[in-house]
Amino acid sequence: MTTRRDALKHSAVVAGLLAATGLFPTLARASWTKSAFDARSIADAVKAYGAGAAPAESKDVTLTAPDIAENGAVVPMGVATTLPNVKHLLLLVEKNPSALVAKFDVSDAVEANFLTRAKMGQSSDVYAVAITADGKALFAKKEVKVTLGGCGG
Amino acid sequence: MADPMRIRAQAQGDKALVRVLMSHEMETGQRKDAAGKVIPAWHITEVAAALNGKPVLAAEWGPAVAKNPFLQFTLKGAKAGDKVAITWKDNHGDTRTDEATIS
Repeated sequence: MTTRRDALKHSAVVAGLLAATGLFPTLARASWTKSAFDARSIADAVKAYGAGAAPAESKDVTLTAPDIAENGAVVPMGVATTLPNVKHLLLLVEKNPSALVAKFDVSDAVEANFLTRAKMGQSSDVYAVAITADGKALFAKKEVKVTLGGCGG
Repeated sequence: MADPMRIRAQAQGDKALVRVLMSHEMETGQRKDAAGKVIPAWHITEVAAALNGKPVLAAEWGPAVAKNPFLQFTLKGAKAGDKVAITWKDNHGDTRTDEATIS
């Protein structure tokens, strides 16, 4: 009997082989902005989404994150803004191997307010960035400490 | 094929709060297995939402989104009975769509 676990393992192996031989279907990830997710710094990631000027701090952008995250594997964080004409909202963790966590496109039908959970490699500044339609980048930041012990303290 | 998403969509006045829990490994590509080999990256890259078939949200995710990702957002102008569909796609080209009715 093939269990789900086996099936998942198997598909992971196949995809790994495909990736290794360069046969991976590039079409599947065509619209994913690789340059932004490869960027090591906040500024580079923001630039990849068409922000012209350097990011400026703004109180109109809200970052929701805990002061202390007991488990770096699951850190709840959210980004929201009251600014008009915002195109993208970004969540970034400065000291992660690649800074960008997630990008959300804002449309007329959704509020500029998203919550998700992210992974953090170590204690770091977390940034919420709003990129407006005219290429301005505005951010809010907060330091989040990651407890290694697991049981708090 | 991945497990179904759990979607809760609740009407709040003329808005609807949507909460989604996806089932995905979200392997970063940074970790190594017992033999010291890098475990290849396997994570959701794109997430999209549609209200009654009309696209309302697009998102791009990196490997730093936590395992079994959670997403919460608010839809404007949505009412009870409307249908919310969530689609994700991962870097292996696997994709899944689930639908929920706003209550």
